[in-house]
Amino acid sequence: MSVSKPLPHDAAKLHVTGTARYVDDVPMPSGTLHLAFGTSTIARGTIRSMNLDAVKNAPGVVAVLTADDLPFANDVSPSIHDEPMLSDGTIHYLGQPIFLVVARTHLQARFAARQADIDYTKETPILSIEDALAADARFEDGPRIYTKGDVDAALTSAPNRLTGRLEMGGQEHFYLEGQAALALPQEGGDMVVQSSTQHPTEIQHKVAESLGVAMHAVRVEIRRMGGGFGGKESQGNALAVSCAVAAQLTGKPCKMRYDRDDDMTITGKRHDFRIDYDVGFGADGRLTGVDFTHYTRCGWAQDLSLPVADRAMLHADNAYLLPAARITSHRLKTNMQSATAFRGFGGPQGMFGIERVMDHVAHVLGQDPCEVRRINYYAAAPTAGGPSGGSFPAKMKPEEKIETADLARRSAVNAASGSGGAHRFGGAHSPTTPKRDNTTPYDMDVTDFILHEMTDKLLNDADYDARQQAVSAWNNSHATLKKGIAFSPVKFGISFTLTHLNQAGALVHVYQDGSVQLNHGGTEMGQGLFQKVAQVAASRFGIDITSVKITATDTGKVPNTSATAASSGTDLNGMAVQKACDIIRDRIAACLAELHEVKPNAVTFRDGQVFVDDQGMSFAAAAKIAYENRVSLSATGFYKTPDVAWDRIAGKGRPFFYFAYGAAISEVVIDTLTGENRLLRVDVLHDAGASLNPALDIGQIEGGYVQGAGWLTTEELVWDGAGRLRTHAPSTYKIPACSDRPEVFNVSLWDGENPAETIYRSKAVGEPPFMLGISAHLALANACTACGATYPDLQAPATAQEVLQAVKRSRA
Amino acid sequence: MNITFLLNGEAVEVDTHPTQTLLDWLRETQSLTGTKEGCNEGDCGACSVMITDQNGARTLNACILFIPQLHGKSVRTVEGLAAPDGTLHPVQQSMIDNHGSQCGFCTPGFVVSMATGHLNGRTDHDDVLAGNLCRCTGYAPIVRAAQASEGMPVPDHMRDPSRPDLGDKTDIPAPETSDAVAAWYMANPDGTLIAGATDVGLWVTKDFRNKTGKMGEVAFLNRCTDLQQIDDLGDALRIGAAVTMTDVLAAVRTLHPSYANMIRRYGSEQVRNAATIGGNIANGSPIGDNPPALIALDATLHLRHGDTRRDVPIADFFIEYGKQDRKAGEFVEAVTIPKSAPALRCYKLSKRFDQDISAVCGCFNVTVENDTITSACIAFGGMAGTPKRAALAEAALLGRPWSSNTIETAAIALADDFQPMSDMRASAAYRMEAAQGQLRRYFDDLNGKQTNVLEVRA
Repeated sequence: MSVSKPLPHDAAKLHVTGTARYVDDVPMPSGTLHLAFGTSTIARGTIRSMNLDAVKNAPGVVAVLTADDLPFANDVSPSIHDEPMLSDGTIHYLGQPIFLVVARTHLQARFAARQADIDYTKETPILSIEDALAADARFEDGPRIYTKGDVDAALTSAPNRLTGRLEMGGQEHFYLEGQAALALPQEGGDMVVQSSTQHPTEIQHKVAESLGVAMHAVRVEIRRMGGGFGGKESQGNALAVSCAVAAQLTGKPCKMRYDRDDDMTITGKRHDFRIDYDVGFGADGRLTGVDFTHYTRCGWAQDLSLPVADRAMLHADNAYLLPAARITSHRLKTNMQSATAFRGFGGPQGMFGIERVMDHVAHVLGQDPCEVRRINYYAAAPTAGGPSGGSFPAKMKPEEKIETADLARRSAVNAASGSGGAHRFGGAHSPTTPKRDNTTPYDMDVTDFILHEMTDKLLNDADYDARQQAVSAWNNSHATLKKGIAFSPVKFGISFTLTHLNQAGALVHVYQDGSVQLNHGGTEMGQGLFQKVAQVAASRFGIDITSVKITATDTGKVPNTSATAASSGTDLNGMAVQKACDIIRDRIAACLAELHEVKPNAVTFRDGQVFVDDQGMSFAAAAKIAYENRVSLSATGFYKTPDVAWDRIAGKGRPFFYFAYGAAISEVVIDTLTGENRLLRVDVLHDAGASLNPALDIGQIEGGYVQGAGWLTTEELVWDGAGRLRTHAPSTYKIPACSDRPEVFNVSLWDGENPAETIYRSKAVGEPPFMLGISAHLALANACTACGATYPDLQAPATAQEVLQAVKRSRA
Repeated sequence: MNITFLLNGEAVEVDTHPTQTLLDWLRETQSLTGTKEGCNEGDCGACSVMITDQNGARTLNACILFIPQLHGKSVRTVEGLAAPDGTLHPVQQSMIDNHGSQCGFCTPGFVVSMATGHLNGRTDHDDVLAGNLCRCTGYAPIVRAAQASEGMPVPDHMRDPSRPDLGDKTDIPAPETSDAVAAWYMANPDGTLIAGATDVGLWVTKDFRNKTGKMGEVAFLNRCTDLQQIDDLGDALRIGAAVTMTDVLAAVRTLHPSYANMIRRYGSEQVRNAATIGGNIANGSPIGDNPPALIALDATLHLRHGDTRRDVPIADFFIEYGKQDRKAGEFVEAVTIPKSAPALRCYKLSKRFDQDISAVCGCFNVTVENDTITSACIAFGGMAGTPKRAALAEAALLGRPWSSNTIETAAIALADDFQPMSDMRASAAYRMEAAQGQLRRYFDDLNGKQTNVLEVRA
């Protein structure tokens, strides 16, 4: 079967030869026009007057559009219609698009966009958390609050209590391919759009609104993105709509791509957070109550901020049972770029809060932080293979049962050696009597918890105890350089918290030569989704992966899709494709069964052949027979995630189908003279369920870790007092470079299967590994504790500057 | 103007304007869209191409590389890495086998850098790839791919001629001697001399100064061979202004290992292959990394104005922010550094270790005789409007015993030497603390203690 094989990315050969085509590489008809936005130079105020003569007279300019020139909707918001594409006269942030230049070349458009003479009435921008709270500038009427138990009583009666504050910066996506779109006008006012987007249906929807046409008049296509990470879930709307509107007005194809500085200045980033915590705990480190207050700067428009802030709250517990908890979330409106989706979608921020608490409690008690974590873990899953709560109406088909011989095996497989995923069914957990309370602060029972075993395995494999002692010994013999080591776990909830998004469609064609064309609603941004889903299709038909043609995502083939987001791409689209394939397979089987006068279950698909009892024929021959017998060889598949139900206002329910788990140990060194630091070694054990493709999953884990570590170390967003983003290019915004990866980097897959009934019992793997990077920050904080007795209170990002301040605090 | 070069083995003749970038030309006129635009400022490497000339095969960033700089050279893009029969280059196959691509957008730049490193027998992959950013993979599989292709045979087609025979007629303004440069600059004192274009490139791609007349006439220095020489004067090296930082690094690697280690972190492979030492000095940036090292070395700057030459101690060249001791039409011809400075240490502090601009760059050169400090030259970048000596700290050292007490006294004095600024790279207070920390590190370093986090292993 194709599933579980470590096949390369489907486009790997195209990538390395430079022939993989991205939006800006699509050959365009002659006469194509190019677009650029003119943007505001102040963060808040109103436009008093605007002289665009110099823009219009610049070389190559064909048209200049302002909000008044837009024929229909001036709105690119993915949520509550609060985001005009071109300023309606009010300025909400520095970099806001005000007018749109249509020119003969990209450079001409960019040059002309700078020639405007705009006079503003300036107002004082709301930038900081304090500014926003003082002005009561927020989304929703007040803070959202989730509670479990009586947290005030728990804190009051706690044997020990501490409070603290953790600030964590946002993060620029820095997808290597900037935002891009193109529009090709069609007959009768129809529009074909190619957009570098994770959400083609959203693009279709916004383009249709902007053109005043129904969604059926707009077709959106995307073969691949050069990275997305959440930054192309909503932020591509403005470019696609611009191209479509300009194409409709001029009758010419139009293309738009942001220069990198424009991209960073215009588009949203990860939400930065401040988390205040008030914690009660026992002498053993067990938490008795936690009161978290989240403050997040959402920027000027709502975008996806509410579900992001929700997900931060939903991960405030991470892997820990909190007997009493209150999470209060303030979603603040500021005059900055509208913060948006970014891998983890608030989860990392919420999770970092409780990891900081664990660290702080351990420091106060003088205990090993790893032990404090373990004592607070949720109870282990009672049985292997059980659902993660609720019931699962659909039953596995017999042929989906994979070998179950190795039930006792709980070991991890080092898939870096290429052998990962060979043994995929985990054995029985040690029977554990479920505790009465094993619920999250949002009232969901945790029934699939495997971090006890994973932690044992990782600590042992990574030689944690001995290395901890070695770090301590090293620190005793070095005055200025100090090492640190830290463990941190991840429990990440899988599903869109907006329940209706948990659906997907697929369209599969089998041609009479036995070749298969595959289409589904997911988008490819590098994560290998297309290959994993193609592996599913190949497995369903029992054919080689080379017989499956992967095609671009296309709203004309599969409608009403959800964004490829929330790590759900494979879970949803893999299932939808499986269903479509099975429909066709069953039709072929029925046809052959009838011809051979056997029961349909006597027809099997394997090894590139179709067997009627023991008589084999090629899949192509079977397809041809089915065609000649007038059997439809095309089918749609549809899937919706079962058993999720969630009330986001009450903060109660089951938002997640299951949890994905992971754990990491990071070791670092710091220079206490300057704060400079290095990641020395990282060990990861991650749970991808029964991996569909261990190579691609390992890739997500390695990449996710480094991106997460970057968020908390070198990646610093700096706005000045006027609201101008000063880190608007790679010269000033520093994502990890090659040498920043840990020199020793051991990544293994946990050898288990998803108890929830997912596609081949795999687990989502896009976002969860990002949060393994939290261990890098904890290790830096651990190194700082070697400098003195005071809690170093390391904030994020832990730049060299911040590390040096923490060193000084620890010595205070 | 007409420029001729070899592109993936084929001769091409280009008639274009002088600030046409190679990247735009490849993508827009040649349909060679494998070379990507990631940042348009030379920081991400997605546009990396291999250029072969008299210096061998090197990677450069096509986004800030002007077509006239290519005249008479060979250019190889990602489309030219596989053999004519379609056989993949070893690094391409290795990237597939090791899962080195995810979204694939940075991948063409990576494979060009890897193939160039492979051609040159390089195995220091972190340095070869420091100028290529990847947001997906975390780099681990890419480095595995690079390691896996070490030692595999170099495909013949990768060996481009360094001086392809294309005829040499051109009308680009590219003076071929320093005399001609001097004459051109006297005639065009408001013009712009372009050497590596690592700075001027951004004037064009980000500021459009070519469209607003702010650059004046331009002249390219890449054909001026006598500015590209390094002369061994016995006890000193005279380094021509147009010597690239790659070649400076090679020249000082054994003479001044600490300076060389700092240069290893200066820009990236692609940037060092383009950037020149003269350019780094002449633009007078307060955060350029060469000036503090050259000041600590007591280097001599050779300036030329027409036929008039003069020498100045390099510390005197930097007058104030944006102002150097340079007349209109005068240019940096060379810089001379001593070959011996065993106590020289250069500490570059930046948010990211590789390819980042320094927040503070401290360079120290202190002589101790009989346990007494007999000379001290300490210079910092990032601490003032110019690269500047720490005169008070130096004074606090001179004549004193080499001890931690003396260092602490000097650290206090250092606080009066500078009033650094706060910006997106670092706060003023941190800059001062880090500068003092570097002074303390210097003491430990010369005393043989382990001071460098880059040398620590798990």
